Amino acid sequence: MSTVLKSSTAGAPSGSPTNAPSPRRGLGSRLRRLNIPGGLGGWIWLAIIILPVYYVVITSLKTQAGYFGQNPLAVPTSPTLENYQLVLEKDFATYFMNSVIVTLGSVIPTVLISFMASFAIVRGSGRFLKLVNGMFLMGLAIPLQATIIPIYLMIIRLNLYDSLLALMLPSIAFAIPLTVLILSNFIRDVPNELFESMRLDGCSEWQTMWRLALPLTRPAIVTVAIYNGLHVWNGFLLPLVLTQSPSLRVLPLGLWSFQGEFSVNIPAVLASVVLSTLPILVLYVIGRRQLLAGLTAGFSK
Amino acid sequence: MSNAVSTAPRAAAGVNDSKQTEKRGAALAWLTVPALFFFVVFAVIPLAGVLILSFTSWDGIGAIGVAGMSNWFSVLVDPGLYNALGLTFLIMIVSWLVQTPISLLLGVFTAGSQRYRAALAVLYFLPLLLSSAAVAIAFKALLDPNFGLATGLGLPFLAQDWLGVPQLAVGLVIFVIAWQFVPFHTLIYQGGVRQIPKSLYEAAQIDGAGTVKQFFHITLPQLKYTIITSSTLMVVGSLTYFDLIFILTGGGPGNSTRILALDMYLRGFRANLMGPASVIAVILVIIGLALALFLQRLGGKDKQGSQLEGL
Repeated sequence: MSTVLKSSTAGAPSGSPTNAPSPRRGLGSRLRRLNIPGGLGGWIWLAIIILPVYYVVITSLKTQAGYFGQNPLAVPTSPTLENYQLVLEKDFATYFMNSVIVTLGSVIPTVLISFMASFAIVRGSGRFLKLVNGMFLMGLAIPLQATIIPIYLMIIRLNLYDSLLALMLPSIAFAIPLTVLILSNFIRDVPNELFESMRLDGCSEWQTMWRLALPLTRPAIVTVAIYNGLHVWNGFLLPLVLTQSPSLRVLPLGLWSFQGEFSVNIPAVLASVVLSTLPILVLYVIGRRQLLAGLTAGFSK
Repeated sequence: MSNAVSTAPRAAAGVNDSKQTEKRGAALAWLTVPALFFFVVFAVIPLAGVLILSFTSWDGIGAIGVAGMSNWFSVLVDPGLYNALGLTFLIMIVSWLVQTPISLLLGVFTAGSQRYRAALAVLYFLPLLLSSAAVAIAFKALLDPNFGLATGLGLPFLAQDWLGVPQLAVGLVIFVIAWQFVPFHTLIYQGGVRQIPKSLYEAAQIDGAGTVKQFFHITLPQLKYTIITSSTLMVVGSLTYFDLIFILTGGGPGNSTRILALDMYLRGFRANLMGPASVIAVILVIIGLALALFLQRLGGKDKQGSQLEGL
């Protein structure tokens, strides 16, 4: 079973089996186009996804009076940006910058050190590396939440409580298992002949790692960077437990505090929701293909 | 079988390869040191730490005292624990039952090649980008009986006190979790479907098998490992739904949505009982590991296992 899957997908880049022209394909897609239940289900799910998003966006553009007076799903008669202005005046930029720092400060080290470890796990051998890999695989099953109390204690003892660094260190640790798993899967697919020829050319393993393995694993690197980036960007528990100062809030925590502050001003709360999602949405629009292709390949290997 | 696959290329590469590999093994080991350092310090040690803390008493600020087994006794006789355990498993199982068929079908659907499906898929994946905090806050507003979706759609049955009635709150939590996570699993299934060799479908068509037959006899069996991957992520991930539920319901009404992770947080950081909270955390770890092992066994000689052997 796994032999069939592996041999049939190893050679061809992902997606190519779908695109391969075949005489039967015309018939096949014509049959699928008649897939009425599928299409219907697809549209129903679309409505379930889109309605809440639509509601949030239009409500964020309403005045308080508009919110109380209009049909909730009606487009605002006089759209206003004053809710956004209100949120932006409330330290939104600080929260945003904190999120950027924590995300970059976690993702870059994670990817770098996980890549090095993956290379060693795939190209090296011996009991030590086996043990390390086994430990990382076990790590996949540990929920971050379960270790939050000792982490809190450690961060206090390290004098890092209420700092952005306190958020980065555990984020890096908990991103390592999945990152190593995905990266080592990709490095394993690099044909051995390429490594051999690098060695014949007199390259050290160190050079091989950066000049051969790194460029060839780039799609996987992008995948894990995005996946981990989304996780850290949207993380809530670590900031909730490990920081205190309003000036160190990251976006999800900032959102939560807005919700408390503006509890009666729903349009303003929803404007902060939109605003917190906007940066990611822009990145998504720019890098959508890369993101989806990467995530698909990363998890279905 | 899978062992043969992974060792075959290595054997073909050269006769003296094994000796060189041995040397390389030692030389490369240090490359794992930085990752190992972070993982040991901020994941393995805390894991050991939580076990130790479960035998201590600590209020989160003051000194840490030895408590022996008392935390364990007090937590194990507490009906709150069983409420949280039951809820955690209820939400886990119902979420799996709801999310798996939907994401599987949507994955198969979006793996097709028409342009309108691609356009649909762009919108499907929007919830991937939202933080749990954003999702929870948005749904709270949406559920307002007077100014939310119910009034907007003119559907009075939606205008319930969703956050005020225990059964409704549990159902709502399951729905919002599905809303947020089905897109991710759809993506996994879409990738899995695209890796199924087209020749299998062509052969089936020649044999006269219809779409439904093809789905049950080709797509589903071929997706075995994808189903295991997705289910593992879903089930182990369900132990970590903390943020969403914390903001959406805060565990309420009463304790009706107080899952284990939330129970731990509230005991530890709200009631300042870090010892009993650590007991809950240990239980959470045990469940996580047990589930992951169970799901691996379920897959027989599963991918992760074969990777370990292939080394």
